[in-house]
Amino acid sequence: MTEETPLWEVFIRPRNGLSHKHVGSVHAADAELALQAARDVYTRRGEGVSIWVVPSRAIVASDPARKDENFEPAASKIYRHPTFYDIPEEVGHM
Amino acid sequence: MYSQGLIGADGATHEDEEFLARFQARIDAEEKIEPNDEMPEGYRKTLIRQIAQHAHSEIVGMLPEGNWITRAPSLRRKAALLAKVQDEGGHGLYLYAAAETLGVSREELTEQLLDGRAKYSSIFNYPTLTWADIGAIGWLVDGAAIMNQIPLCRCSYGPYSRAMIRVCKEESFHQRQGYEIMLTLCRGTEKQKAMAQDALNRWWWPSLMMFGPHDTDSVHGEQSMKWKIKRFSNDELRQRFIDATVPQAEYLGLTIPDPELRWNPDKNGGKGGYDHGPIDWDEFWTVVKGGGPMNRERIRARRKAWEDGAWVREAALAHARKRAARRQAARAAAE
Amino acid sequence: MEQRLKDALFRQLVRLGDDCLILGHRLSEWCGHAPMLEEDLAMPNMALDLIGQARALYTLAGEIEGKGRAEDDFAYLREEREFTNCLLVERPNGDFAHTMLRQLYFAAFMQPYWHAAQGSAHDGFAAIAAKAVKEMAYHVRHAGEWVIRLGDGTEESARRMREAVDELHRFTPELFETDAVTDALAEAGLAPDPASLRPEWDRVVDEVFREARLERPQRFFPRSGGRAGLHGEDLGHLLTELQYVARAHPGARW
Repeated sequence: MTEETPLWEVFIRPRNGLSHKHVGSVHAADAELALQAARDVYTRRGEGVSIWVVPSRAIVASDPARKDENFEPAASKIYRHPTFYDIPEEVGHM
Repeated sequence: MYSQGLIGADGATHEDEEFLARFQARIDAEEKIEPNDEMPEGYRKTLIRQIAQHAHSEIVGMLPEGNWITRAPSLRRKAALLAKVQDEGGHGLYLYAAAETLGVSREELTEQLLDGRAKYSSIFNYPTLTWADIGAIGWLVDGAAIMNQIPLCRCSYGPYSRAMIRVCKEESFHQRQGYEIMLTLCRGTEKQKAMAQDALNRWWWPSLMMFGPHDTDSVHGEQSMKWKIKRFSNDELRQRFIDATVPQAEYLGLTIPDPELRWNPDKNGGKGGYDHGPIDWDEFWTVVKGGGPMNRERIRARRKAWEDGAWVREAALAHARKRAARRQAARAAAE
Repeated sequence: MEQRLKDALFRQLVRLGDDCLILGHRLSEWCGHAPMLEEDLAMPNMALDLIGQARALYTLAGEIEGKGRAEDDFAYLREEREFTNCLLVERPNGDFAHTMLRQLYFAAFMQPYWHAAQGSAHDGFAAIAAKAVKEMAYHVRHAGEWVIRLGDGTEESARRMREAVDELHRFTPELFETDAVTDALAEAGLAPDPASLRPEWDRVVDEVFREARLERPQRFFPRSGGRAGLHGEDLGHLLTELQYVARAHPGARW
């Protein structure tokens, strides 16, 4: 088995004013080649103005098995949302 | 470009009933499954197999059309064909990446293709003999691919579905460029029109075979449908393709090479559709098992690219190691 | 524009168009056979840039000539002796080291060429230059990074890179050649003087070579003749393939 070329995650900013968004991945031996590969693979139709590449192994992910304990407690805190509060229509919005 | 009705996937799982029921409930609720989620081993295996077959098809699919890049008859056609074949490489790349989220590497998948363990679409084992084949492939093969791939955008596995959305978006020009080539040939000289008819004659039946065996002979179709890896059966998709393509052939003034092709107003629940003659499944299985006209040449070309490229990939890795070592040495010296 | 300058500009446009078409064609031969999938996308990107430039250059040449010739007439209906590309671009692909070095040598010349040509007194030509200069800057970077990695990678890659330099370097002096055509255009402010681009080319190539641990050959026999249609034997085969369908069906539309 030959040595594997590392995997990189690619993030692209579609245009200034928007955040970088994950679009896919590429294989490359180093960061510069990864950037060029990302450019050649993911921006062929003018999809972006800026690219980030991150070694896939540098990404730390939350455990899906802990999804409930991580995210469900937020669901009951409805007072964090503006619709929780009753204000007469005539008062208007800020 | 395209995925075949899955050939020989083993969807068997060994998890307990409760786990499988819980998983099925998520699928039924149209929840997407993401890479680190727990999933039945059979689901994972089926997906790896399907996505890999799909990726291999894209990569091998570069070869028959690539065969005409250097001979494209105008600069406009040359640029469009090159861009299309390049897109197919991109689609293979997106799909390998989707498979990699399931715990296999691109290298492993590539080796499976090269040593014959992995399958790819049977259609790419036919030769491209004339320029009209480029038109016919775009029109028919990419047309069939669209039929197959649009439902895959809704596949239950998140990374596959996202890759397919990207693929479908990019592919919208492929079928059109193919049809435009056919149209130009059919409006051209007698010789050009004959070339177009000849290409249709050779690509029609293999295109129908692309959808895979009849539902009654498709062993693992049902489980894939239940898991929403697949959304429509092979025969349903094939029928849609025929119904969409026959009028396009008529517009071109070309004859579909099937004497039994007839409009049947009762088909498709009364909406009407075409009855067609029998598909030569012996030919299909011969090609799938390695006996097609170009199977050996396709794998040989892929193996050559992979082996000839080994020193390049090794050099890039070696250079990256040297750089890292130099950086470290510089840092150590500075401290 | 006086006829003498028109003729010169026409000839220069065809030269540049031929350079771009032939190199784009060579790169396109790699499609589906690259050392890794990422390069199967990178090389067609470069090829498409070059084919796009060729189309624009031929179209403009046809307009200036005024005889109704279109891009495909230039690409498909001329013979070996009528092609005036430099010899470098017609060199067969060889291995990946040859292909990347050929690309670096060419792009390191064309990038400053287009940069200067943006100031051309001919608006159409300046517009082509403005688009091409960015494309060639990326080619310099992409090919340059590969030359560095291969030159300073493994023993095998370093050997292959040295062989590529030995093989291809002799075709580089032709890039800077001047003649009546280039002199007339430079004098009229229509196109850059190729000889003037040498320092920039040297700088870029030296920088890449330093990092790649490569050396320029001390002694070699320079090859040239492409601008006069005196090619190597490989070009005829390339054109045979490129032109066969178009020529087998005279007058057909595609």
